[in-house]
Amino acid sequence: MKIIKILGTGCDKCETLAARAKEAAESTGDDYELEKISQVAEIMTYGVMMTPALVVDGEVKCVGKVPSVDEIKGMLS
Amino acid sequence: MTARAHTKAAAWAVGIFLVCYFLPIGGTRFDGALLEAFHLVRWYAREHVLLCLVPAFAIAGAIAVFVRQGAVMRYLGPRAPKAVAYGVAAVSGSVLAVCSCTVLPLFAGISRMGAGLGPATAFLYAGPAVNVLAIILTGRVLGVELGIARAVGAVIFSVVIGLSMHLIFRHEETAEVTVADLPESPPSRSPGEDVLFFTALIAVLVFANWGAPSGTASFWDTIHGVKWWLAGGALLAVVVLAYRRRGELGAWAGESWGFARQILPLLLMGVLMAGLLLGRPAHEGLIPSDWVARMVGGNGLGANLFASVAGALMYFATLTEIPILEGLLGAGMGKGPALALLLAGPALSLPNMLVIRSVLGTRKTLTFVLLVVVMATVSGLIYGSI
Repeated sequence: MKIIKILGTGCDKCETLAARAKEAAESTGDDYELEKISQVAEIMTYGVMMTPALVVDGEVKCVGKVPSVDEIKGMLS
Repeated sequence: MTARAHTKAAAWAVGIFLVCYFLPIGGTRFDGALLEAFHLVRWYAREHVLLCLVPAFAIAGAIAVFVRQGAVMRYLGPRAPKAVAYGVAAVSGSVLAVCSCTVLPLFAGISRMGAGLGPATAFLYAGPAVNVLAIILTGRVLGVELGIARAVGAVIFSVVIGLSMHLIFRHEETAEVTVADLPESPPSRSPGEDVLFFTALIAVLVFANWGAPSGTASFWDTIHGVKWWLAGGALLAVVVLAYRRRGELGAWAGESWGFARQILPLLLMGVLMAGLLLGRPAHEGLIPSDWVARMVGGNGLGANLFASVAGALMYFATLTEIPILEGLLGAGMGKGPALALLLAGPALSLPNMLVIRSVLGTRKTLTFVLLVVVMATVSGLIYGSI
């Protein structure tokens, strides 16, 4: 099962990223768990400075921008 | 509905009834203030939206899409030379912090994993003030002079505040976490072309808003005479250069629209409130002008200090500080206190003090707030007397 985490303080971009990540994860048909992390202190533990960021299975995949659904699919596989 | 929900709804009903019952329409001051609010909104819509805000959103969107933020972050990382880090931190707000929600994570990141507390506080302080949208609208509405004073003041004092924070707490600084390594995408265009693209974008904005002639025949008036040709030429350059990056145009439009959607509703509310409370320049809103003149008129220490403290505590949504300040200036606020409010206001508010405290702790947060208030007061005093 993939564990997907969205790091962001809760602004517009983070919501968009969360929605796209969900769409991308649904389309792969695999099991997944989506979690939003909005505490700055916790975001820091991933070594991320620019939000929103996408973390898949503990690995930071993208920082400071909102990738397209197709790009996220690539990051999930 | 539960009993509790009914109680709540009934309380609302009573509250709304009381507001309606005592609605102060008919009073000269209230009616006048209501009209002022709509006058001010129409004036903004006619004077500032098409030529100023729309290009400004396009520029902010272009920065978010076309500027490689990762390249800037390198200068704020743990291995960056300290002198460079302060300089970059003071000005990078214009590139990195186009969205206000990114300021605090960046601040925490720079402080804990990057160049340290000093550059981080410099960034935190300067970020909101050197943000492109803020500079453009400040210059347009409040005058070029105050716009430049705001940007320059913010950059200079951010370095002073950052260095002070670093010196006061130099024994406590530790790098706690390491930065995640990220795949850096190779640049698809030459930096020269990017510079040209942004120059053309900014030229459209500058020439389209070129001020009316002052009457004396001068170089500036000549430019005003042909400003639409210049703005058109710059626009043509933007279109040509944009065609070369047509794959990313969707993302650019998306980001620009994102800013517009985020900021416009807040700005509309801000303009309405400013009109209601303070009126247009030379008109009165709900707050009598002589109150304003008494609190923040002239350029005394008291006026500057009051403006700084009020600005530090108050929350301004992005850009709303501008119509509010315009109202205050029209009601008799001095230009020194105006700058003090601009310097202390957007950088600090009660809610963001709490977030800063969660990153820095109480002692450092208080020191930071105190430094900002003192610096803003001093820069207001200096600016007011020149």
